[in-house]
Amino acid sequence: MNFLRDSGPSGPELISGLVARLRAYRGPPVAIMEVCGTHTVAAARMGLRSLLPDGVRLLSGPGCPVCVTPVDLFDQALYLAQEAGVILATYGDAVRVPGTHGSLGGARSQGADVRVVYSALDALALAERNSDREVVLLGLGFETTAPTVASALLRARQDGVKNFSVLSAHKAILPAMEALLQDPEVRIGAFLCPGHASMVLGAKAYAPIAERYGVPCCVAGFEPEDVLVGVLRLLDQVQRGEARAENAYPRAVSAAGNRAAQEALGRVFRRVPARWRGLGEIDGSGYDLRPGFAPWDARKRFLQGIRFEGWEPPGCRCAEVLRGRIEPPECPLFARTCTPQQPVGACMVSSEGACGAHYRYRGRADG
Amino acid sequence: MCVAVPGEIVRVENDGTAEVDFGGVRRVVSTALVPEVRPGDFVIVHAGFALHRVDPDEARQTQELFRQVLDELPS
Ligand code: SF4
Repeated sequence: MNFLRDSGPSGPELISGLVARLRAYRGPPVAIMEVCGTHTVAAARMGLRSLLPDGVRLLSGPGCPVCVTPVDLFDQALYLAQEAGVILATYGDAVRVPGTHGSLGGARSQGADVRVVYSALDALALAERNSDREVVLLGLGFETTAPTVASALLRARQDGVKNFSVLSAHKAILPAMEALLQDPEVRIGAFLCPGHASMVLGAKAYAPIAERYGVPCCVAGFEPEDVLVGVLRLLDQVQRGEARAENAYPRAVSAAGNRAAQEALGRVFRRVPARWRGLGEIDGSGYDLRPGFAPWDARKRFLQGIRFEGWEPPGCRCAEVLRGRIEPPECPLFARTCTPQQPVGACMVSSEGACGAHYRYRGRADG
Repeated sequence: MCVAVPGEIVRVENDGTAEVDFGGVRRVVSTALVPEVRPGDFVIVHAGFALHRVDPDEARQTQELFRQVLDELPS
């Protein structure tokens, strides 16, 4: 059984009740940002935008990991695979993202050793099996994935695995949410907070943002019921003029989050300024390896003193999509020269990217 | 990329891993980030690691929460 789905209330009557509630909203106009890529997909799949009452808009946020990773990171990975001759391991989506000089997948077809892994532990095992080679994991993702990489690094240090290292592009989601709230061109009235990153961070983590900026926050799950309830809780706060951090996903997210994962993060990484595609540099938003992990830090080991320019693909408007300034179909390349088969920008590569999700579910009154 | 899937712990090994049943498909996952799990627990797994132990009480709260939203919201 799917415990998350089956332990949640469900049924058509619940959904239609929730949709009726949603349609009956008569509060002030508001733009809700779904921070997380999985919500982008869930919303597109269920046609959420077409269910929203007048005045309520849904913006896609910066929560797709490969989408917010700047181009030069992929250039660095490409350099490692092509010039430094390492085995470059990374997750499926990252292989297809166009860098300045092509994608990792393209390099692989020209003979570079690029491997897709499911887990950081798979990359570590790859290093153990290939003791005569260097294995570098291009690690990207938010607080959901970063602790798994931290855990693999702790293992590598404990077991003395010396031919394994990480090129860390891991990012912290909270500073990005704050940066968006400070952007005068973006108007966010409420945040639908990520279900998965919140497993680690805890639902309470959004309280300071809710209070400081007066913006309601609600953690939600990914079934249609979950998303509807999350949106309804937010609208309820908007209507009452409140701004709290709420949790509509208690079956997967606790108030305090996962302590062991937070601890692993803190032991291995330190927070540094990091650049995001579309959002620029944000203070404290990057997870970089601590000096104690220098022997496992691919940046320190292979990339010292090399500059990577990182040219965005011409015409791609990912930067605006990621800030919720435009909807994907407003990009002139959308569904014309840019498709999931031939992506121009990162937002079309990933199934969690706003462009990819809009493309896939175009027929659902949503695109 | 952020696909996290729930499964049931079938067996806990003493090397920091556990066998998890995902609706009939079994896989070995790391329990390094949820060291307290026991057989019969439901966990959410992401990228080869169990990341959250589902608390049955918290799961039940969901039912209440959803009822509340349906019954109480002003419209
Ligand atoms: S449709 Fe393609 S080119 Fe346009 S913003 Fe999205 S990813 Fe970039």
